[in-house]
Amino acid sequence: MAAFSNLTERINHVFAKLRNRGALTELEIKQAMREVRVALLEADVNFAVAKDFINKVSELAVGEEVLKSLTPGQQVIKIVNEQLVELLGSTQSKLGVSPKLPTVIMMCGLQGAGKTTMCGKLALYLQKQGKRVLLCADDIYRPAAIKQLEIVASKAKAGFFEMGQSNPTKIAQSAVAYAEKNGFDTVIVDTAGRLHINEELMNELKAIKKAVNVYETLLVVDAMTGQDAVNVAKTFDEQLDITGVIITKLDGDTRGGATLSIKAVTGKPIKFVGTGEKAEDLEPFHPDRMASRILGMGDVLTLIEKAQTAIDEEQAAKLAKKLKESNFDLNDYLEQFEQVANMGDLNDLVGMIPGASRLKLSDKKVDEAQIKRNKAIIQSMTKEERANPKILNYSRRKRIAKGCGLQVQDVNRLIKQFEQTCDMMKKMARSKRLPF
Amino acid sequence: MGFFKKIIEGLKKTKENIGFKLNRLFKRGIFDDDFYDELEFILLSADVGEETSVAVIEELRERMGKDRVSDPEKANQYLRNVLTDILGDEKFTVSTPCVILVSGVNGVGKTTTIGKLANIFVKQGKSVVIAAADTFRAAASEQLEVWANRAKVRVIMHEEGSDPAAVVFDALSSAKSRGTDVVLVDTAGRLHNKKNLMEELKKIDRVIDREFPEADRKNLIVLDATTGQNAIQQVEIFNEAIDVDGIVLTKLDGTAKGGVVLAIKHDMDVPVYFVGVGEGIDDLLEFDAASYVEGII
Repeated sequence: MAAFSNLTERINHVFAKLRNRGALTELEIKQAMREVRVALLEADVNFAVAKDFINKVSELAVGEEVLKSLTPGQQVIKIVNEQLVELLGSTQSKLGVSPKLPTVIMMCGLQGAGKTTMCGKLALYLQKQGKRVLLCADDIYRPAAIKQLEIVASKAKAGFFEMGQSNPTKIAQSAVAYAEKNGFDTVIVDTAGRLHINEELMNELKAIKKAVNVYETLLVVDAMTGQDAVNVAKTFDEQLDITGVIITKLDGDTRGGATLSIKAVTGKPIKFVGTGEKAEDLEPFHPDRMASRILGMGDVLTLIEKAQTAIDEEQAAKLAKKLKESNFDLNDYLEQFEQVANMGDLNDLVGMIPGASRLKLSDKKVDEAQIKRNKAIIQSMTKEERANPKILNYSRRKRIAKGCGLQVQDVNRLIKQFEQTCDMMKKMARSKRLPF
Repeated sequence: MGFFKKIIEGLKKTKENIGFKLNRLFKRGIFDDDFYDELEFILLSADVGEETSVAVIEELRERMGKDRVSDPEKANQYLRNVLTDILGDEKFTVSTPCVILVSGVNGVGKTTTIGKLANIFVKQGKSVVIAAADTFRAAASEQLEVWANRAKVRVIMHEEGSDPAAVVFDALSSAKSRGTDVVLVDTAGRLHNKKNLMEELKKIDRVIDREFPEADRKNLIVLDATTGQNAIQQVEIFNEAIDVDGIVLTKLDGTAKGGVVLAIKHDMDVPVYFVGVGEGIDDLLEFDAASYVEGII
């Protein structure tokens, strides 16, 4: 059997067969569904969840509408996608604010899920929204966990509270009192990683929850979790009545089938996803995008959003005007490189492009170093040179190469690229189809 | 015995789930397609994965057919044999001096594993130095220092953000001049699809080869038993980068069974050397296939 590295390829393969057919028989749908089930299992969707899902989709797919349709394959894809979105949750959720401040958020989960890192990301996210956040070090077990949270807090410019290794309930209570006194409106409690079957430690969380009136209890789960995700999520939810889930490490190449399972067994919303090692790498969870990503339709919306926030509209308008007047210069070129750099990790962006996984595009790494080099070259030019690239003779190019620590050939290559870009843009400007 | 008891304890929950279903299946004594279908689902739910589950079933079908097995007890034993045969019984051995490079994705328990490994070597009467080459994660060195103190070994560390290869270089120099038996290298967690970070790991690997060619080399990857099929990609890509010798399977004290190691052994022939079964310093045990299988079925 051919090995498919992910659900996307798998389902694409299944439906490539379906697409080539006219009307489908019940038996054919059954066969296709078996392959979808296998694909879901390979993507770590829990086997019981996968079974339910397949039953539901089969029922809908065997309906008259699909069998009589001229494009049954597409109908089936539509149904699979719709059901996937439904399973993941239909709307995105935000964090609640307690009527009585401070809002206390408790983070919990297994060891190594990424709770402490996530505390920092959430703190940064909330502070950007104008909240004043206090991080409370309530992991008294793991060596240096307190120190780690302290560093995380200072990087996020959030408040930090610790009481060493005293009683976790007391620490949480004191943190809330400290927050009240010092004007923090949000307290994020970082708890120790624990196994869901460890009764003693689960009771500890219950005690904290009761003592400080926790408003949001968030379960932090590693996106790479396998079949056990349902046991973990179910137990945490039963014991603590969680209010939401955060999925971490989604920047890996896992398909994150666990996400589906957790939503299915707890019914609790997935609120955020962690997508990188940096403090800013936190995104709200969008069920539709997640489903699209799993099905290989790419995460187009996120891509567009990233581009929009990175590229200043005013700058874009200015650039459009310059193009029309044909005085696009190296300053503008540099600005473009900066905007591309602002969009974040280019390789992440490539992963969001529809079909990138199928085309094996995701294997091709975008050379971010090249962009950095290009920026360095332009930054080594004088104002005059940037505004009027025509004056760049050999001795100037040699000086520039020295200034940015590269070869003259590199400078030549950049200038050539720039000229080609100018030509292309002029053509596009004439045809009134701007590239953005 | 220690391994057996602990792993059975750790996998008790698993056994309750899976063992129950399996026993019911075997007791029926009818080994038809329904039986194998059900068995496949059981293996899948242990994270064994589709391909390996199918391979296990084919092998079992063949062996049982050949010997015309119909006795439930015997059939059960046949399944165990198929699984233990896949897992093998390769033991972890090193000659001193040796350098053990420990890597893996984020949050699998590398630092904890290093602490426990140090303890094992100290108990064997070997001298140990740890290189704190996770210079990325906040407070990683401090965490390692606590473990080093528990195991009573030396640790070489630089400040946060410094070059991990430089830390390794220093630890190697120190080990060479002092005649230390074992150098344990803790590395930052890295997702295998981050190219730059994998390059950094390769560099560490090269530095060890270059600076301490006379040392016995072992590269261990740490896998979280909770991880699903992605563990296969993890081993595949780490193996491409630095030649992985074996696996440390952590967090087996939960309800996850880490059945993906069967797939990894089956596909790539990378054996499991150790299992982590708790947070105490003695909770790292040498892997034993028979006990492990006993624990999951």
